[in-house]
Formats: sequence, structure tokens, C-alpha cells
Amino acid sequence: MITKKGINASPGVAIGPALVLDAEEYRIPRRTIDPSEVPAEIRTLDAALETSRQELSELRVAAARKLGDKTAAIFTFHEEFIADKPLRAAVVEAIEKNRYTAAYSFGQEMNRRERLFRNVADSYLKERVRDLYDIEKRVLRHILGRVRERITKLTEPVVIVAHDITPSQAISLDRDHVLGFAINVGGQTSHTAIIARMLDIPAVVALNDITTDIAGGETIVIDGTHGIVVANPDDDTIERYHIRQREYRAFEEQLAELRDLPAVTTDGVRISLQANIELAAEARFALDTGAEGIGLYRTEFLFLSSDRLPSEEQQFEAFRSAVRHARGKPLIIRTMDLGAEKMTDYLDQHHDHNPALGLRSLRYCLSHLDMFKTHLRAILRAALDADVRIMFPMITTLMELRQARSTLHDVMEDLEDDEIPFARDVMVGMMVETPAAALLSNAFAKEVAFMSIGTNDLTQYTLAVDRANERVAHLFSSHNPAVLKLIRDIVLAGKRAGVDVSVCGEMAGAPMYCELLIGLGLRQLSMAPTDVPEIKKIVRSTSIKRCESIARKVMRFDADRQVLNYLRDKLREIDPESGI
Amino acid sequence: MHETETPVVLEKETVIPNKEGLHFRPIMQFVDVASRFSANVTVHCQDRGADACSPMELLMLMATQGTKIKVVAKGADAAEALDALVALIDTGFNED
Repeated sequence: MITKKGINASPGVAIGPALVLDAEEYRIPRRTIDPSEVPAEIRTLDAALETSRQELSELRVAAARKLGDKTAAIFTFHEEFIADKPLRAAVVEAIEKNRYTAAYSFGQEMNRRERLFRNVADSYLKERVRDLYDIEKRVLRHILGRVRERITKLTEPVVIVAHDITPSQAISLDRDHVLGFAINVGGQTSHTAIIARMLDIPAVVALNDITTDIAGGETIVIDGTHGIVVANPDDDTIERYHIRQREYRAFEEQLAELRDLPAVTTDGVRISLQANIELAAEARFALDTGAEGIGLYRTEFLFLSSDRLPSEEQQFEAFRSAVRHARGKPLIIRTMDLGAEKMTDYLDQHHDHNPALGLRSLRYCLSHLDMFKTHLRAILRAALDADVRIMFPMITTLMELRQARSTLHDVMEDLEDDEIPFARDVMVGMMVETPAAALLSNAFAKEVAFMSIGTNDLTQYTLAVDRANERVAHLFSSHNPAVLKLIRDIVLAGKRAGVDVSVCGEMAGAPMYCELLIGLGLRQLSMAPTDVPEIKKIVRSTSIKRCESIARKVMRFDADRQVLNYLRDKLREIDPESGI
Repeated sequence: MHETETPVVLEKETVIPNKEGLHFRPIMQFVDVASRFSANVTVHCQDRGADACSPMELLMLMATQGTKIKVVAKGADAAEALDALVALIDTGFNED
């Protein structure tokens, strides 16, 4: 029995046999297969070799066109390498004789060859090991890709154990047969986590090497609420988790009862709870949890899930699908907000030294107008006859906002010229997530229809803390008085200008901050769909009076520690079961 | 041709003359030529051997300039294969 702690990505308890998927660029565990699986493994190998060869052939043609035949010759060589008969023979032998998986056998054979190259004195030949690495990675990716395809056709319920799962794999999962996820990498906001929550499947991520701790078919327990995974549990442990599973279901049913009740404080003020989504299909699920609309539709997924820039039609289809899933409820589409660190190669070859302060998000869009216009065209077309609003992220100066708006107008004119129907009167708003925008929120409020506070970035930029950097992550706290003062000012600016202000960062979904935010004057909160029921529960058990008194008190604190302790005490008063 | 005919086995030694040795392009040419014959050709260098149709194995011979190699051909057209391949090596793969 091995117990491991990871990050709780999606709540709930799952118990079942593990299906272990191997990973790209990751140590492939030595795993033996059943003799009956040998032919399938060999077919997988052959298909992967063939796909890799085709890929290289395409690369060769493209390289010859762009860079000349000499460079293209390298791809020819890779192609020949992959078609190398003795290589295949050696791998097939390892599969047949040792019953190793295709991935492991291929990796081993390549390792053997790479070792030989590393030991040569000749520098030219020594360098060739890079070519071998490249080939190895390419073929392994296809072998593993094929293995992964099998997870969409499961025949019995399993817990998926993998290094990582791509969003497209996760979304195509057979819900009836996937009990839970245990994943080596990722965090609470990784796609696997989001999709697991959406599918209501318990998941634990950031387990580092869970794929090596368990073999296929062994029993595994996933406690997605607490971020714990138990491989090969004993009978007592299984029994204990069966009880937790029942408790969790009861808790869920209790929250489900809240779904159709309004989010109204005890003194009768309605708080609009909305949902943040990443995938079009998530909108439906979000509304099912009781959200009144989509306060933030992140469009980055579209750009990250493909190797090339999505076409206008592809984007239009995705946005239209979100509109359909939103069933007439408001849908705020945020324009592409990719950080430089997430830029895929087709977007940018440069790597900023300091991505958070670099060419990202709206800045990137404004310097790549063709891409941006295509994006806006798709949004405007999808917005036709629907309550779609556009939100620009990462604004620091008024100039940027005006440039973005004028680009939007240009696009509208183009659409008019092309006689393509689109939404003419779409509402335009902005994210307030830089201290600059927060400090000038009075000026910004005059130029937009709504403002939404992105507390994650606002905190990062105000406190100069990258929370992905574990050495400073402890300094990241959205309840730091400096951040809270900015939030208060934004709300006031919105009030003065008669502009709606909402919060769509993680603060909005954290029970501890709920009363404080309402007390600061916020009436709209947009959060992860799974957070909606719990936040609604808090709204329904508090009053505006109480919230305002909490906010007044908090704004007098100078240290984030004081704020934290006070808010924890206050939350316990209305929600004694609260885990924090 | 008789089924019982013993296969012809021929071999020839030579030295890699070109500066870059047996690297990508020479190997491609070598494989190209070798695969035109039905003879089974192997290349040996010290204690290592390679199938003449396997670029990866040939590269792994790490035959740099001045390396002594032995080409072995087995089969009906062994003589022709050997001649063609050794000639290719001796002309330095038309490189230098």
C-alpha cells in the first residue's frame, strides 16, 4: 500500500482498477504485457513508425521549400532511420521475447543506440545522438498516442493513471467507464483538473511519479477532495474510502438542492453568481450548477489545442457552440489571453525573458493584428442574436483599450463590407488585472460597459509574486491589504460611472472571500462552476449588513495575516463545516 | 539457377577516404546503391558490423576518415554489388 499526496483537482472519491498510461518525454516504466497483446503492440509499433515517417516526409517537403534541399536532407535521414529494418526487428524481438510494451521496447533499443553515439570521440558523430533523441521522441509520441486512443473505448470502469492527459483526450473519455484520474503533473487550473470537475470525476494531480508506483489492473483509491491517492490499498482502507464516498455523495446531493434556489442574502439582495469556463460544452454544465450566466469564457483553449492557428470558421464554431450551450444566458467572451509562457510555436518564436511582463495577451493581439481581427470576426459573428459580450484582458493603458476598440470597429466595417451578419451592438468590457488599470479605473470606467477584476493577475502584479515559483509562492495572497484597496477602488469607480463590476478571479470562488467581496460592494461574482453551490450557500446565509461590517473591519488591517485570520473566523461563524 | 547452389560470398577491404567519414549523405548514397542488389551486404569495421541497408547501423559503425572497413556481399549478384559499393567509397562519395 502506497499513499501519496498531490493536489486536489476535482472532489469526490473513486475506487477501482488502474489503467496506466505512459508518457511522452518521460521515463517509460518497464511493463510486461500479456502474450495475447503481442500482436496489438506490434501493430501499434508499426503504425507509429509509419505515422512518424509520413510526418517526416511532410517536414522534408516543407523544409526543402523553405530552407533548401541540403537542410531537407536531414529529414530524409530521419525518415530512413525510422524505416530501418534492423531497428524494427530488434524492437519486435523485445516485444515478442520479453513481452515488453512497444513503448518500452522501442525506448530501450534507442537508448542502446544513443549510448554508443555518446561514447564516440568524433564530435560530428557525437552530435548525431540528438537526431536519435528526436526520432525516439517522435516515434514514442505516436506509440503512446495510440495507446491513449484506447482510453476512449473502455469496456470496464477504471481509474486513469497517467503522466498527463491532453484536454482532447480528457473530453473524449468514456464517462461511464472512467472513475477518476491520478496524474503526475498539473495544478488546480490545469485542463485535466477543469475537465475532471466538469465531468464530475474525482481527480488528483501533481503526483510526480504515480505512474511508476502502480501497475495496470491494481486497485487504486482517489480522494479528489483531499488530494490523496492510495495505490494497492488494504481492506480497511478500501472500507474507509467506501464510507467517504457515500458521505461525499450525500454532501453533493445537499448542494444540488441549492441549484434552483436564488442567490439572495438574508436581507434580500440578489448576488449574481456566474461561471468561468474554458470549453464551450462547459457552459451547459455551468448553468446546471446554478450559475446565472458565463462571466468568463476563456478562449485560450482553442489556441492551445491545435498545432496551428485556429481558422475563423473553427473559432466561430467553438463560440457558436458556447452560445448554444449558454441557452440565452449572458456569455462574456474574453479575447485571447495567452501569456508568452504559453505561446505555442506558431504564435511566437521568441521567448520573453520575463513572460509575465512581456508580449502577452492583448499586447500580443495588438501586435499581431491579422490574428486578432480573425479572432474578433469569429466572436462578432457568433454573437449574432445572442447575449454575448466581449472582454479585453491585460489592459494597462487607455491607449491599449482604445486600440482594441478601434480594431473591433475595423472588423465590424469589414464584416459589413463583406455583408456577413454579426452583432452590431455587442457590449465591450475589460479585465482590470494590472495595478495600472486599477489605479486609473475612474478613467477606464468611462470607456467600457463593464469591468471584471482578475484577482489572480492583479495579485501577481501588485505583490510582484509569481505564484508558480515555489520559492515565492507563499507571498502570493489576494487578501493582502494592497490588493484589497485596489479592488475597493475599482468597485467605487464602477459605481461612480454606473458600470457593472464583477470579480472573475479565484477569489470569487473562495468561500473565505465571499462576504468580504460583497461587503466591498460587489454584486457579481464569476467562478469555477463547481464553486457555485457552495458560494450560493454562503450568500444565502449572510446579510449585506454583516458583509459591510466585515469589509470595514478588514480595510483597517495592514497585514495580510490579520485579514486571513479574521476572515477564517468569520467564515466559521456562518459555515462551521468549512474545511479551511 | 539451382536451388542448391551455394551462395557466393565475396569481401573486400578499403579505407574511408572522405573528410567527414561515413555520415548522413554518404550513408544515404551507400544504402541507395546497396538496395539495388539482391545480395545481402554487410559492412564491418573493427568488431562492429552493419547491414548495408540500415542507415542507423551504418552510422553506428562510426567510420571516420581513414577507418579501415570490410564490405561483405553474399548472393547471386555479390560481385556487382561489391564492385559498385567499393567504387562509391573509393571515390569519396563524390564529396571532397
